Amino acid sequence: MDRLTYFPGCSLKDEAKEFEISAMAVMKVLELPLVEIERWNCCGTVFSLTEDDLMHQLASIRNFIRVQEAGSDEIVTSCAMCYNTLKRSSLFVNHAEERLEKINAFMDEEVAYEGKVEVRHLLEIIRDRIGWEKVEEAMIYPLEGLSVAPYYGCMLLRPRQVGIDDPDNPTIMRDLIDALWATPVEYAFQAECCGSYQVVDHRELIVERTHRILSSARRAGADVVVTSCPLCQYNLRETQSELKEKIPTYEEMPVMYFTQLMAVALDVDSGELPGPLLARFSVGEGVGKGEG
Amino acid sequence: MSEQENATIRIHIMGKTYRVPAGLTIMDAMEYSGYRFIRGAGCRSGFCGACSTIYRREEDYRLQFALACQEMAEDGMYLVQLPFTPAPRSQYDLEKIDPTENVLLQYYPEIARCVSCNTCTKACPQDIEVMDYVQAALRGDIARTAALSFDCIQCGLCTMRCPADIKHYHMAQMARRIYGRYLSPVPEHLEEQLREIEEGVCDSELDKLVAMNEEELVLAYAARIREEE
Ligand code: SF4
Ligand code: SF4
Ligand code: FES
Repeated sequence: MDRLTYFPGCSLKDEAKEFEISAMAVMKVLELPLVEIERWNCCGTVFSLTEDDLMHQLASIRNFIRVQEAGSDEIVTSCAMCYNTLKRSSLFVNHAEERLEKINAFMDEEVAYEGKVEVRHLLEIIRDRIGWEKVEEAMIYPLEGLSVAPYYGCMLLRPRQVGIDDPDNPTIMRDLIDALWATPVEYAFQAECCGSYQVVDHRELIVERTHRILSSARRAGADVVVTSCPLCQYNLRETQSELKEKIPTYEEMPVMYFTQLMAVALDVDSGELPGPLLARFSVGEGVGKGEG
Repeated sequence: MSEQENATIRIHIMGKTYRVPAGLTIMDAMEYSGYRFIRGAGCRSGFCGACSTIYRREEDYRLQFALACQEMAEDGMYLVQLPFTPAPRSQYDLEKIDPTENVLLQYYPEIARCVSCNTCTKACPQDIEVMDYVQAALRGDIARTAALSFDCIQCGLCTMRCPADIKHYHMAQMARRIYGRYLSPVPEHLEEQLREIEEGVCDSELDKLVAMNEEELVLAYAARIREEE
């Protein structure tokens, strides 16, 4: 069986365990299992924008070397943030002889990076290598009647060279939602920034953005929002308690990873699902499961 | 005397050149040259990590790191001893901390600054994958941090070299403590033994010992049966 060289990223081992659990389970039934590379390090978290700052490309490059060592030329990740950083690094150094030479000289006696590893996001793999029909065929509990709002944020789409879809009009998550027989929700803020790391110093900014994004999704009829990024997920999920305090009528919006939505429909381990989702819907047996 | 025994080498200690017999460790060579170790020496057998040393060879651009009591002095070495690594250690009460994934980040937040340059690994005289244990800590894998850093002797060389100001060995020591206190499985034989002690299985034997006079004790000690190791 074919398999994917999988890079989890730190968050999926910690804050976002349910993302990994569901992604692993889904890819197993889709017969393209994720196999974690043996050694890996943090992706680097934020892509360095300084042209001559090669040092900050090292984190990504080391991961590419591990992939190379594992005899592969492709690295697959489901975390949108890791994807973005790794992908931009790969574009920055792959086939850039002079940069590669400098980096390899810095690493000195270590194994050199050959500059050939391609970075892919799991959604791309599902779209391009598995196909929506096969996802639909593998479905056990169609999600009919569930309205799902895709949330892309920034990292899957921008900058254009690394985007897995058209940054102005992405359809990849909508197509996935369609394939699972749920209703995709169109709303204005699907590619709006969640506020990212501003959550550390300017939490109020995130609370505002969460309000704008989720209210817009709610008005468009969404029952649930799906994401692909542990940081977006954290921001959209965790600041809702502040919103509830500020606005007594605010109703919590369940937020979960796209792989969890798939896991529910494909009847495999979804990891921990958001409480409000379980409490409010029993669409198909899948979502209702766990309610006892 | 044979030529071999007569052989001497030239070394440079903090900028001054000395001629010392070949075949000495760096530590012995420095003492031969008249230096006395008040700090920076301990076990003299590669275990305590007190004798961190930095050197360069004449023909090599690389800075090298070693334990002075273990590494042999070579002709043309530029040497300096590092008596201490200035690295504060976080204060914590092992009984009160919450041993969840984020605890190492909470006490040593600078681990998130690691740029994966691997300089720490190259400095480690114990051949530990230092970068890998920092990375394991970053993703909350306390067990892996503990396992990978198991041979650490707290010499501090990794920490002297890190461009991200990480205090590797203090952080890893905390990981090993948390692992030992909260995460490592309790061995069955230990639980069994503790239960026996509580149930008083050993009491009568202990009472016998307490009742013995010195002479009887000496005899009993000499006649003891040792368990095979
Ligand atoms: S990990 Fe650091 S402190 Fe520990 S032995 Fe290696 S260099 Fe020394
Ligand atoms: S020296 Fe510091 S920044 Fe470099 S890999 Fe080691 S811990 Fe990371
Ligand atoms: S003196 Fe203890 S390790 Fe060298």
